[in-house]
Amino acid sequence: MTFKKTLLASLIGATLSLPLAASAQTDDITLRVAYDADPVSLDIHEQLSGGMLQLSHLTFDPLVRWTQDFDFEPRLATDWEQVDNTTMQMTLREGITFHSGNPFTAKDVVWTVERLKRSPDFKAIFDPVASITAVDDHTVEFKTKEPYPLLLNLATYIFPMDSEFYSGKTDSGKDKGEIVKNGNSYASTHISGTGPFKVTQRQQGVKVEFARFEDYWDDGSPGNVDHIVLTPISENATRVAALLSGDVDFIAPVPPNDLERVRADEDVKLVTMSGTRIILLHMNQDRVEAFKDPRVRQAIAYTINQKAIADRLMKGFATPAAQLSPEGYAGHNPELEPRYDLEKAKQLMKEAGYEDGFSITMMAPNNRYVNDAQIAQAVAAMLARINVKVDLKTLPKAQYWPEYDARAADLMLIGWHSDTEDSANFYQYLTECPNADTGAGQYNAGMYCNPEIDKIVAEANLETDRDKRSQMLQFVEQALYDDAAFIPLHWQDLAWAAQNEVQIEPVLNVMNFPYLGDVVVQQE
Amino acid sequence: MIAFLIKRLFHALLVMFIISVISFAIQDNLGDPIQQMVGQSVPESERATLREELGLNDPFLVQYLRFAKNALQFDFGYSYFFNEPTTEVILRHLPATLELVAAATFLIVTLSVPIGVYSAIKPRSPLSRLFMGVSIVGISIPVFLTAIVLIQIFSIGISITPFPEDIGWGSWLNGLLSTEGGMPAYGRGNDLTHVFGTWYTNYASWDSLVYLVLPAISLASIMLPLFIRLIRAEMLEVLQSDYVKFAKAKGISMRRIYFLHALKNTMLPVITVGGVQIGTLVAFTILTETVFQWPGMGLMFLDAIERSDIPLIITYLMVVGLIFVITNTLVDLIYGLVNPTVKLTGKPA
Repeated sequence: MTFKKTLLASLIGATLSLPLAASAQTDDITLRVAYDADPVSLDIHEQLSGGMLQLSHLTFDPLVRWTQDFDFEPRLATDWEQVDNTTMQMTLREGITFHSGNPFTAKDVVWTVERLKRSPDFKAIFDPVASITAVDDHTVEFKTKEPYPLLLNLATYIFPMDSEFYSGKTDSGKDKGEIVKNGNSYASTHISGTGPFKVTQRQQGVKVEFARFEDYWDDGSPGNVDHIVLTPISENATRVAALLSGDVDFIAPVPPNDLERVRADEDVKLVTMSGTRIILLHMNQDRVEAFKDPRVRQAIAYTINQKAIADRLMKGFATPAAQLSPEGYAGHNPELEPRYDLEKAKQLMKEAGYEDGFSITMMAPNNRYVNDAQIAQAVAAMLARINVKVDLKTLPKAQYWPEYDARAADLMLIGWHSDTEDSANFYQYLTECPNADTGAGQYNAGMYCNPEIDKIVAEANLETDRDKRSQMLQFVEQALYDDAAFIPLHWQDLAWAAQNEVQIEPVLNVMNFPYLGDVVVQQE
Repeated sequence: MIAFLIKRLFHALLVMFIISVISFAIQDNLGDPIQQMVGQSVPESERATLREELGLNDPFLVQYLRFAKNALQFDFGYSYFFNEPTTEVILRHLPATLELVAAATFLIVTLSVPIGVYSAIKPRSPLSRLFMGVSIVGISIPVFLTAIVLIQIFSIGISITPFPEDIGWGSWLNGLLSTEGGMPAYGRGNDLTHVFGTWYTNYASWDSLVYLVLPAISLASIMLPLFIRLIRAEMLEVLQSDYVKFAKAKGISMRRIYFLHALKNTMLPVITVGGVQIGTLVAFTILTETVFQWPGMGLMFLDAIERSDIPLIITYLMVVGLIFVITNTLVDLIYGLVNPTVKLTGKPA
């Protein structure tokens, strides 16, 4: 195809078609993926973020991983056994090699967990682990400081790294295993895991290329993709256009405004799931005297119409919430429903002596969550009905978080995803009494403090009986609901889209780590 | 001449100094870079350590002097995101932007001069009126809208059926109005040719040249109408002047009058405006590159702002300041070549 022909043909709008999937002609299947951002580094312990975990699942394997319905699926660990209250033994899969050719053994797991405990981003969630030892080449033993019910949840974060590959010194005399947040390290530019794909080329901010690892251990994986090209396309409209024009095969996320457009297109398919990221509002009791009165907080809870926000503003792309824990989480209390009732709200305000309302300030990000600024505007409008006047300011996320840390407004919007896929993580960061020393309530911008509830959460965190623990956490959700500790809005949905021949449905999950190693591209 | 260049060199240094001071002064409002580096659940103590390591707690003057000392040795700091010297990051992104600007400039120059001259010579012809009408529309549409419309029409394709599909001529007309798409919608493609250093080019093969088409048209869409109107207005004025009337009376061929005598004088103000506008083009590349995910400096800058990558933001702003000074200097030099009565050093001829 010559340039002249292309230009001319396109300009007069005549027929022209680039091969839609270049994979069709050859045996090599290339999957072209466009995400909104690319991984910040090749060192999977450098940052705890969605993008880094997606990279981890491509190039490494976890000990266990989540299935679509919140079960644990054995990966590098084949079996696990609770020896006593604080000890767990895991049996590791045998006969696995890293990309470098080194064999995978228990010492790699030990090395990786010790490195996780040094990582600024991971050390907090790995704090409960006291020690890990290699019993033999294919067995490791975890010791926790106290009985800890979430060890398997943690194991989904353990992607064993090639300890031999990352040990020793670089030419410039630096430790190959060091974790450097700002600046280059060996691990941020070199990678060796056990995962289905190797990194073949990487240009930060432009693209990452992967090739299938020829000695991948999982023979049961149906995945047939040979190459992946990951391009970051941050502009929503362009990402969608790239999919619709056939320039890429798989995109995430699909922006809510384009859902209908993608759904209507016959060549591509859209997959949505109810997500686990809760969007909520904190009412700062230290800044506003009225928020100390539970009746005022309840009145606000009765004023906010979560269903209307989810249906109209989010166009159905959200699940209205009355609690923090989404369905499937241990603490999810099925009895809690959004409680929109304007009359009740007015009555409560009257009882509390605020019939004439008051004025507050509010801040929200405008490029962090889906429709975040519009949600904040809707909330401000709703609050006007009980005479609460809101002075709203929305900011880009880079400027918003410093304001959030300074608790700079009376009402602040935040979204939270539990790193452990467990309810207790929500309480630890969002509702516990703020304590700068322990880091509890780090994002509790409501300054809400109820030691009774914190005590139950602490007890639940030592309870290894899953049913009993679940009951305790559900009780906590109920208590927070009754007390209107915060205003939950909704769980943000997730959306992916792909060309029809890419079978993405089986590899997607609400954690938003597509298991691309298992993805199948249908061939004609 | 030499004196002029030395003077301009000092201008450049002064501009870069002022930009660096201003951007340093506002850096606190650009967001917290630490927030971008760590996960949300990282405790405050870890953040404080990192902040201290990066020297973000030092007073303004200390931070600035440290920066200035390094900058004098051409070390502008490390990008927080790329973990590389900012100058290297910019050098890597510069070729993409320059190639895009070159393509847009090519479109602007080759189209605006003939169209502008034509509509000045024949101001009442229907074609001139059409050009003027379209150019008004072109000036009014924001560049990102142009870009998205281009992507929809030429990358995704549109199918519209206002005419009956089952009749021959209807189907033919529908086909004429619909497009199949197929033009690349984003990026520079995978077939770039290496020239030297960090420079990979889109110009070396037809397949990669295709990637330039839509971004270049979008970028040109703002300036092209402006230049057409400017050239037309200047040319109309020149054609009214006495020397053109004399030339006509003298019996010189119209072609010679238009293209030699009149055009030369028309171009003087166009060059001045053009030089300034090429600087402005840098600003518009930010929008174009964002929509087309073109991996140039504009996209890099916008991403840097999102990530609060302060060293990269500051270096970018200084580089843009330098580009402005350089283009202005070049414009002045060219001006001197076109019009010998202008003396660069300011002394009378």
